Amino acid sequence: MRAVGRSLPRVEGVDKVTGRARYVDDLVFPSLLHAKTIRTTLPRCRFQVVLDPAFDWSRFTVVDARDIPGKNAIVLIEEDQPCLAREESQHAEEPVLLLAHEDREALEEAGAHVRIEAEPLAAVLTLDDAIAKGTRIFKRILIEKGNVEEGFHGAARVVEGTYRTGLQEQLYIENQGMIAVPGEDGSITVYGSMQCPYYVHKALKALLALPPERIRVIQTVTGGGFGGKEEYPSIIAAHAALLALKAQRPVKLVYDRLEDIAATTKRHPSIVKIRSAVAADGTLLALDAQVWMDGGAYMTLSPVVLSRGAIHSGGPYRWPHVRVEAICHATNTPPNGAFRGFGAPQTLFALENHMDRIAQELGIDPVALRRKNCLRDGDATITGQVLRQDVAAAEVLDEALARSQYEKKRKAFARAKGPVKRGIGVSLYYHGAGFTGGGETWLASKAAVEVAKDGRVHVLAASTEIGQGTRTVFSQIAAEALDLPIEWIVVDDPDTARVPDSGPTVASRTTMIIGGLVQKACRELRQVLEAHGGAGKWSPERFRALAKAYLKTVGPLKAVAQYETPKDIVWSDQTYKGDAYGAFAWGCNVAEVEVDAVTGEVRCPRMTVVSEVGNVIHPVLAVGQIEGGTLQGVGWALLEHIVMKDGRYANAQLTNYIVPTSVDAPEFDVKLLSKPYARGAFGAKGLGELPMDGPAPAIAAAMRHATGARFDELPILPETVLARLAKR
Amino acid sequence: MKYVLRVNGKRHRVDVPPMKRLLDVLREDCGLTGTKEGCGEGECGACTVLVDGVSVNSCLMPVCQVRDSDIMTIEGLSTGKKLHPLQEAFTRLGGAQCGICTPGMLLTAYELLARKKKPNSSEVREALEGNLCRCTGYTKIFESVLAAAARRGKKRD
Repeated sequence: MRAVGRSLPRVEGVDKVTGRARYVDDLVFPSLLHAKTIRTTLPRCRFQVVLDPAFDWSRFTVVDARDIPGKNAIVLIEEDQPCLAREESQHAEEPVLLLAHEDREALEEAGAHVRIEAEPLAAVLTLDDAIAKGTRIFKRILIEKGNVEEGFHGAARVVEGTYRTGLQEQLYIENQGMIAVPGEDGSITVYGSMQCPYYVHKALKALLALPPERIRVIQTVTGGGFGGKEEYPSIIAAHAALLALKAQRPVKLVYDRLEDIAATTKRHPSIVKIRSAVAADGTLLALDAQVWMDGGAYMTLSPVVLSRGAIHSGGPYRWPHVRVEAICHATNTPPNGAFRGFGAPQTLFALENHMDRIAQELGIDPVALRRKNCLRDGDATITGQVLRQDVAAAEVLDEALARSQYEKKRKAFARAKGPVKRGIGVSLYYHGAGFTGGGETWLASKAAVEVAKDGRVHVLAASTEIGQGTRTVFSQIAAEALDLPIEWIVVDDPDTARVPDSGPTVASRTTMIIGGLVQKACRELRQVLEAHGGAGKWSPERFRALAKAYLKTVGPLKAVAQYETPKDIVWSDQTYKGDAYGAFAWGCNVAEVEVDAVTGEVRCPRMTVVSEVGNVIHPVLAVGQIEGGTLQGVGWALLEHIVMKDGRYANAQLTNYIVPTSVDAPEFDVKLLSKPYARGAFGAKGLGELPMDGPAPAIAAAMRHATGARFDELPILPETVLARLAKR
Repeated sequence: MKYVLRVNGKRHRVDVPPMKRLLDVLREDCGLTGTKEGCGEGECGACTVLVDGVSVNSCLMPVCQVRDSDIMTIEGLSTGKKLHPLQEAFTRLGGAQCGICTPGMLLTAYELLARKKKPNSSEVREALEGNLCRCTGYTKIFESVLAAAARRGKKRD
């Protein structure tokens, strides 16, 4: 009765298909108040909030920065982002005042009676401007390997290129929201849509100056995250909590779509400049790259996003000599933050596009160039991480080429004539799973299993189910580790009063790392029982008998596992050298495009994706992650475009921020390969972010094949296509 | 204004302004929170319900337009404990990830299968184009709908 490796029906499934699943906006509390956030509208200004004296404010709960009992900051890596700005704002969507009332229409009316008297201050609104003016640097990273000058010295060719990517909205379909409920003892409980209950907990502790046990954070069913619900929920929780504590009533703060797009974090825009040295036969010799990212007005998670971007900037290739400098600048725009891939899609788009440029300039086949230089067992990455046994670059490449009939189509498309041009292109990439560098050591995450009186096993972890299937996967892992039927496993709600801190639900770490801890805790539980009950054949019935006896005679039956960094994983944050990730997953995409030369429209009718992701715990869920992530990548490449106007997003609504629909989705051919990772749960590697890396560069390569023009900037919109075609 | 709405075969008496969105009346006055708000402007389809068998965005429809109609929401798709074949297929084949688009997606698919017994995959694609999903890449949704249609077809043969 194996549980791992089978596509069992999702344990979260029935509630979601019957409408019974309760998302935050579905919850009702007695005497609930609704809330509204008042924001500045100028990118940078000195301001004063003026409440209309003629309006009756007595019916409203009104909160500003003076109502904050603790630190006026959303504590994360830094404490630079205020919970509510005072006097000066750093971007145009800065929250300054909060209102609560039982009637939503009354809130709208009250909002119209708040005036912000603002005096504009000089603002920097673009990354180019930030680089030119040298604004605040959130983080600078330097990666060096070998001697880059030496690499260029012996080069037959030096190939240079500059690549740009834009903002992208996560666009989970459930808008962000929180409900805060005050306790009579001054405590606060927060329910809401989130990826990381303990991030919210940490932020509330500092803001409210409360001891940890007085704050309880409970994740409700969450309608998608993709990174967008990693750090921003702390802000909404903070606002709801302040209002609830002042009103002494439950407060619901749920954004509508317009506010959600306007105010919450986006993927960092990037500029990547690459200079590379190549031998005449196509051997890569040296990489000299400069990476810039736009962090927006506050730090959020920018240093870590930049770090992942920098580490992935060499792609899955052997570079003997490397110098990568990465810098994240501040601008006076809403803060950018976590989004699936976390910096890697930006630098991999640049690098993979650059590989095509190298092939073009040297007159070599782009596939041959990749095959010649891709990492193999025993090779080292740009941080000097020696990859021992699970390198799959060549395997995913070969498999994707074969499945997609790449060579045949490459020739056929090139010969075809007509107004619709077709092209096919390839991308090769890898993605590190788990927190970057020393992150996992620093998190020291925990997970636990506990046997209840009825003999069922409860999994306790702060890892959230946000659509990817956490509860199903944890159930499978526990069932497998304890040899029990999956129905005997219960995964508890992520509730900080009940579950240990398993770290955030991000970085493709939930199955691999936290799943690994669940497996470890189960192993310990089993050992405890076997030691207690003596030898005998293990069976579910015997487990239940042993557990019940233990509970009766000894007491609670619980095992906690904590992450310990294996001794052979060594990383230095000072030199940026060493083992950046426990494991890498590998991917190759082959994209086909159809380009209408008259309208500039681009379609991606087919996408082959081959992913090596270690042992697969649940094939249907795993493929679902790959397909969904790939379509987000297709959207980033071809459709999703945020237009900036005076430091704000001009198209903060679904009418004109376009994401892929069912008719935009390519036909997918997804194939999973498996090289088990001994330290992941049952050999699993992280896979959630991997699929975001491949689509954009494969599409850009296919576009060049179709049109002969280079596309070095995302998104590739019809306007850009027509302009490029007109130039040729 | 007082209205009597017929939702999933049951009568609900509500007293609401005539221009209140059907979405809010269902969620707040009828207590049927399975219908979700995604965008509030008719773009995402998360709030899809069937009005006299036709799929509509309930965020764009005022309650005064539906007083003589039969409304079906996700809560009405299965009777008792047995899942509708569409629901069963979505659960088994990965058609639902985060689940927030799922109620709307299921009702649109139900409408499709009501008018077309055996749709092909491009008909499924086109039928669902008004329902956005950010999780699945849609493929598992297409597979779920086709599997439900096939299963239903088999039963009747």
